[in-house]
Amino acid sequence: MRPAHSRLDNDWLDREAGPVVRPYAMTQGRVSPTGGGIDMMAFVVATSAETEPAGRLQPEHHAIVAAAWEPIPVVELASTLDLSVGVVRVLLGDLRSAGLISMYEPPAASRPHDVDVLKAVVNGLRAL
Amino acid sequence: MDSVRSDRNGASSRIPVALKILIAGGFGAGKTTMVGSVSEIRPLQTEEILTGVEGADDIGGVESKTTTTVTMDFGRITITEDLQLYLFGTPGQDRFWFLWDELSQGALGAVVLADTRRLADCFPSIDYFEQRGTPFVVAVNCFESEQRFAADAVGRALDLDAGVPVVLFDARESLGARNVLIELVEYVARRQLLSAGSR
Repeated sequence: MRPAHSRLDNDWLDREAGPVVRPYAMTQGRVSPTGGGIDMMAFVVATSAETEPAGRLQPEHHAIVAAAWEPIPVVELASTLDLSVGVVRVLLGDLRSAGLISMYEPPAASRPHDVDVLKAVVNGLRAL
Repeated sequence: MDSVRSDRNGASSRIPVALKILIAGGFGAGKTTMVGSVSEIRPLQTEEILTGVEGADDIGGVESKTTTTVTMDFGRITITEDLQLYLFGTPGQDRFWFLWDELSQGALGAVVLADTRRLADCFPSIDYFEQRGTPFVVAVNCFESEQRFAADAVGRALDLDAGVPVVLFDARESLGARNVLIELVEYVARRQLLSAGSR
């Protein structure tokens, strides 16, 4: 495995090498969201059509609000908007503080998954 | 957190259920292939902060922070409008272990891909999920339909706890990959019923 590692390290070209602009430039260097952590499976929903004074919002903030018209998980936002999960989290923190989005945290890790839901998943997979 | 929200369309839209399944295993075991064969695969980047607190550099309590880009295999299977399955291929390199903690948080379970030619490559994944109590199945990726070992022989070689399913499959075939997921979800359901019964 060792040789494979060093080969991998040198293989990051183009997109894999990362963006030209450092990702956290978009968040003014902030690396954690205001108002506490955000689960990557949490659902985001834009709260109202009322346009808040755009103030310090960036195009990426607006893109998130537009994409969260319907409930959408954090990972899905990151993938759709081609932003990294970490950056999306910081931007979501801003939007949450501004009252522009609601967050719905997934059920706690300690809570077992509902057996009925599991059955629905199995049936759904069989039907694929 | 608000449980009801005013919807612009006047109708209240429900929050779907999204379940997370991890696809783990050694480098080249078929994680990308499996995620791609069973789901709509999409790019996902996480930008992680590595905080290094090294004595030698520790001048006046200034931490050295650096980010690293991790690209993960990420796919979605839509069961119904309200029920979605997300697959995450866990980054294989050792230096990304820290990412696993968040990924396994609240995960439904994991699939550990095993390659019988390099069985030891999946040991770290198995250890990890055993320690965290994350339910997992072992899926033996049979390259070129080469089936060199029986499932129970692999299970014994891996010293798995009783009941942990071992499935032989071909990661390139969507049906095989789908059956592995079904096996996992059924196993999770069995465990759930057992623990509910013993309470």
